[in-house]
Amino acid sequence: MDRRRFLKTTTAALTAAGVGAAPWRRALAQAGPIKIGLLAPLTGVVASGGKEMVEGVQFYLDQVKNEMGGRKVELVIEDDASNPDTALQKARRLVEQGNCHMLIGNLLANTGLAVANYVKGTATPYFIPIIAADDLTQRQRIKNVIRVAGYSASAFTHPLGDWALKQGYKKIATVSQDYTFGHEQCGGLAQVFTEGGGEVVQQFWHPLNTADFSPYLGQLADLKVDAIFTMETGADATRFIQQYAAFGLKAKTPLLAAMNGTDQSVIRTLGEECEGIISPAHFAEGSDNPVTQKFVRDYEAKYGKIPSLYGFSMYSGMMWIDAALKKMGGKVEDREAFIDTVLKTELDGSPLGKSVKLDAYGNPIYDVYIRKVVKRADGKFWNVPTTSYPSVSQFWKYDPVSYMKQPPYSRTFQGIKKA
Amino acid sequence: MMTVRAKSTPARFAGMTGSAALIAAIVVAAAAALPSVLSNYQVGLATEVLIFGILAMSIDILGGFAGRTSLGHGAIFGVSTYVVVYATAQAGLPPAAAFALGVLAATLIAAIFALLAVRTSGVYFLLLTLALGMIVWGICLRWTQVTGGENGIRGDVRPALLATHSAFYWAVLAGAAMVAYAMWRFVRSPFGLTLRGIRDSESRMRSLGYNVPLHLFIGFTVSGFFAGVAGALYAMFNNFVSPSTVALAQSVEGVLMMIAGGVGTLFGAFVGAAAIIALENVVSAYTERWQTVLGITFILIMIFAPEGIIGKLRAIPTRKVR
Repeated sequence: MDRRRFLKTTTAALTAAGVGAAPWRRALAQAGPIKIGLLAPLTGVVASGGKEMVEGVQFYLDQVKNEMGGRKVELVIEDDASNPDTALQKARRLVEQGNCHMLIGNLLANTGLAVANYVKGTATPYFIPIIAADDLTQRQRIKNVIRVAGYSASAFTHPLGDWALKQGYKKIATVSQDYTFGHEQCGGLAQVFTEGGGEVVQQFWHPLNTADFSPYLGQLADLKVDAIFTMETGADATRFIQQYAAFGLKAKTPLLAAMNGTDQSVIRTLGEECEGIISPAHFAEGSDNPVTQKFVRDYEAKYGKIPSLYGFSMYSGMMWIDAALKKMGGKVEDREAFIDTVLKTELDGSPLGKSVKLDAYGNPIYDVYIRKVVKRADGKFWNVPTTSYPSVSQFWKYDPVSYMKQPPYSRTFQGIKKA
Repeated sequence: MMTVRAKSTPARFAGMTGSAALIAAIVVAAAAALPSVLSNYQVGLATEVLIFGILAMSIDILGGFAGRTSLGHGAIFGVSTYVVVYATAQAGLPPAAAFALGVLAATLIAAIFALLAVRTSGVYFLLLTLALGMIVWGICLRWTQVTGGENGIRGDVRPALLATHSAFYWAVLAGAAMVAYAMWRFVRSPFGLTLRGIRDSESRMRSLGYNVPLHLFIGFTVSGFFAGVAGALYAMFNNFVSPSTVALAQSVEGVLMMIAGGVGTLFGAFVGAAAIIALENVVSAYTERWQTVLGITFILIMIFAPEGIIGKLRAIPTRKVR
């Protein structure tokens, strides 16, 4: 074995790698199109949601003929592979090599948090219509990270807790995927419900991708509670709803779900077993609001399915950015002015059918619907609003400063008031 | 220094012949000049190549020289990353202390892995290290209070001095050069030769009176130390850590880099890391099926260059002589 030879070959290979890398460089474009970097999980565990995110963005760009704020838009799509390390690398690529003026997207909280931590250093505007991690617009807020058309996880379960009290429920149990998104949604519900005099009898946390829920369902059946709250995403949601019905619990105990549990991406594939599930959300595809109806019709005509949260949120997020860009004549290069304008922009004409604004922390204030899954005339299921809570803050009725002094919701802190 | 035994040939410069030292110096100098020709993003990629090169090298110590391929090194690497991010972001330690703690933690974990794994070889070693890695991953995922669960932990880990891409790249390059040299000395030391002896015939080494498990234990722990260095650098590179850093995919990626570069070539690790990271980034710009392309590339490498890129290149001149 000759060391010299392999050192030579190493040199050759390293040089080759260096030369090969050089053509990647791209010249900086001046005042050309607005470059938007879209990060979406096109592979990995949440790939189906990622594809709908891309659809939502493209659906909007098609409608505005690829022009925002008077300038052409160049959309660069990158796959974050449902993995935070990849997301981070792709974000670097979009910002440092692609010279994107802004980033939008990501689905999983961990990918969003990784990218948010990165843009904290670069000051690139980063929009997160899907990432729901509470602290991104609360305790660890970053000014250039704005949740246009998104929601913070516990924002909708606070009103659900209030609604549950008004139904006269005294005892509930929760069952949820064991990760932050679940902890936060359950925490929102548990805090409001217990502070209003209700009791959370038991909380079940199960790992992601649980195939068989019977151990939990068996225990839930024995608890004799007034309602059960479930926080599931994706395939877990499908399985839970099916098994809940199969266990005969559907007929006995009302099922409340987080909005993602009865999102179109889940109930599209389900039948009668999802009927009647209650969930809180800003968007209800079954709303009789004419603007919402038009959006749903157009989307269905184009993609052959009722829009999910992913398609809706990305579409509305793009619309929000566009509204801000119009206000400032498309001068996206002035980042600070751009961020300030977005924060001040009230969004009219979104599929929600009413105007929405951001709070001082970059999180939208919505009217929250309590929705019920019902069967549409053509046999498909969708969410129809039953009650509405106007202008719900992510801090519910608490004072933001004192609210943020309590720890973030976690498996160990659920905001439950000791009786 | 890791090489505890006496230097083998005194007439050399730092254990290298003059021309080898020269070539090493040229490679390092060329690498150091990269930031002047590359964009910031590419400097970032080059930094990543160096970090994963160190990881792949540490796997090569076991895989190439002791004949034991570990699927647990991603976990050892990630433990160091976790400790460094936690120590700076949560415990508020200075980066240098965090770095040392991270490497120490990785070495300890490696020692524990080694205790359990050294008595096995072949597929059993593979499975055992895989299982140990999965345990680490499970802990990182579930121990939410400390590790932040799925979301991981973030913070400004990188010292302000190294904030720019180039400065950090040079720091990593300096580190990588030192670590690579140390590993090279390690595998060429008399101790390293015993590892090769164990790879070639464990029973013969045993009958010659060598304490085979002890040698493997030390080899594994040292390898873990170097994986820990890579993990600590990765913490500073990303300022972020989540369970995907300790996941099986990380271990597999390290092993693939080692194989692509050439098992037992040590420095091939950098070539393998460069090839895979470049491929990932170039291909993913064109198609969302980049993982398929990556898979096909591995198959092609296995068919046409099972000895790896460096192994193949090395074999070419030899063939000509014949």
